[in-house]
Amino acid sequence: MSEDIQTGLAEILEEVAGVAPADATPEKSFTEDLDVDSLSMVEIATAVEDKFGVAIPDDELANIKTVGDAMSYIQKNKA
Amino acid sequence: MSTSVGDVVVTGLGATTPLGSDVASTWDALLAGRSGVSRITDDWVKEFPAQLVARLAADPAGQLDRVRARRLDRSQQVAAVAAEEAWRDSGAADAGVAPERVAVVFGTGIGGALTLLGQDDVLEEKGPKRVSPFTIPMLMPNGPAAAVGLAIGARGGVHAPVSACASGAEAIRWGLDLLRFDRADVVLVGGAEACVHPLPMAGFAAMRAMSTRNDEPERASRPFDKARDGFVLGEGAAALVLERGDAARARGARIHARLAGAGGTADGYDLVAPHPEGEGAGRAIAAAVRDAGLAPTDIGHVNAHATSTPVGDTAEAAAIRNTIGEHALVTATKSQTGHLLGAAGALESVFTILALREQVVPATANLDDPDDDPAVQALDIVRREPRKASLTAAVNDSFGFGGHNIALVFTTA
Repeated sequence: MSEDIQTGLAEILEEVAGVAPADATPEKSFTEDLDVDSLSMVEIATAVEDKFGVAIPDDELANIKTVGDAMSYIQKNKA
Repeated sequence: MSTSVGDVVVTGLGATTPLGSDVASTWDALLAGRSGVSRITDDWVKEFPAQLVARLAADPAGQLDRVRARRLDRSQQVAAVAAEEAWRDSGAADAGVAPERVAVVFGTGIGGALTLLGQDDVLEEKGPKRVSPFTIPMLMPNGPAAAVGLAIGARGGVHAPVSACASGAEAIRWGLDLLRFDRADVVLVGGAEACVHPLPMAGFAAMRAMSTRNDEPERASRPFDKARDGFVLGEGAAALVLERGDAARARGARIHARLAGAGGTADGYDLVAPHPEGEGAGRAIAAAVRDAGLAPTDIGHVNAHATSTPVGDTAEAAAIRNTIGEHALVTATKSQTGHLLGAAGALESVFTILALREQVVPATANLDDPDDDPAVQALDIVRREPRKASLTAAVNDSFGFGGHNIALVFTTA
């Protein structure tokens, strides 16, 4: 399950922000390590909702700092 | 020269146009007489009176990094492609110019129309939460200038003149001023446009400004010809790198030409119709020649704005005849490129510079039967074949809806 989430998230990151799939590992920070800016985070949130059916409200999005944070949030809120 | 900082020179050229993906291929196609105009085949065009367009020869997204391209409106993509070619051509990046002394002036007529209209479709179909967070930076009319500024790391100022079809020429004039006022050492200037979409097409068609010669795409744009019936919408961008002559020569830069003078006026006559005698246009041309310290007789070539509309071309012919005289070799390159709106003045400045550098004036395509208008009849408009000439100074003029008139004078290096 978490592997599926990591793979799906890596696909989104590649499409939206040009992150190589091999770099999309749980410990990576979106802003510090992957050069993902705040507008791209909004795009990623929309793509996550499309792919996983998990909406990320703005106040939650602000707390998602790493790929692992995003994976956990999706895992926890997936129907 | 009305400046204490010496002459201003052009050290870099860039373009992506309906004729080619760079300056060299565009110029070759222009001299070969090729047309960039074709008929739109999409379903939406069926009810449109004007169905012609001059599409880019190469998709700009394919010339940029994929992720970068998806965050740029097409008008910004073409700006980046043309600007990066001009920047490379100038060699300024290797000259150690401080980023704080590099400026950008890049104009557009319409701005990010494709993004505006595309995201409006998203809003209507899927709701506000699906609208892209990049919508605003992609549609803002300073977007092409901002994209270019980022691309070359310009920190001395990024400016975006908007004056319809004079925007590209206005950007060049502003660049000249920045150097004369010593506000920068290097200025990348130009114009960009990419708005081929049903709404702008319908709007221009409603003004009866576009050619409806749908069955003969390559014959539709015919400036100064008796049978002209409007312009053909084109897309693309062009860019120039300007710097002071002493600095450019000191670093051993190749100098394409000098930007010797500029003039700008407003018609104060009508929102869209040009003054019938080209009064404001003529004042802009005269001011540019004076600014360059030249006499009208020095001007050997004019790259005319000539869009192929019935009223615009004759007004401009009168302005050229009244200010320059009848000796200059005139050409209207929109006959092959279509009308690139806010990029037109920049692209035609590139052509003017190449004409000076190569000592050849491109031909005006489709000029089979010049208009009976006395000014058109009096001018020496180059047609059928490019003409070799001995040129030292040339004018490029541009006019925009709103009554904006800009003229630029280039001289040989």
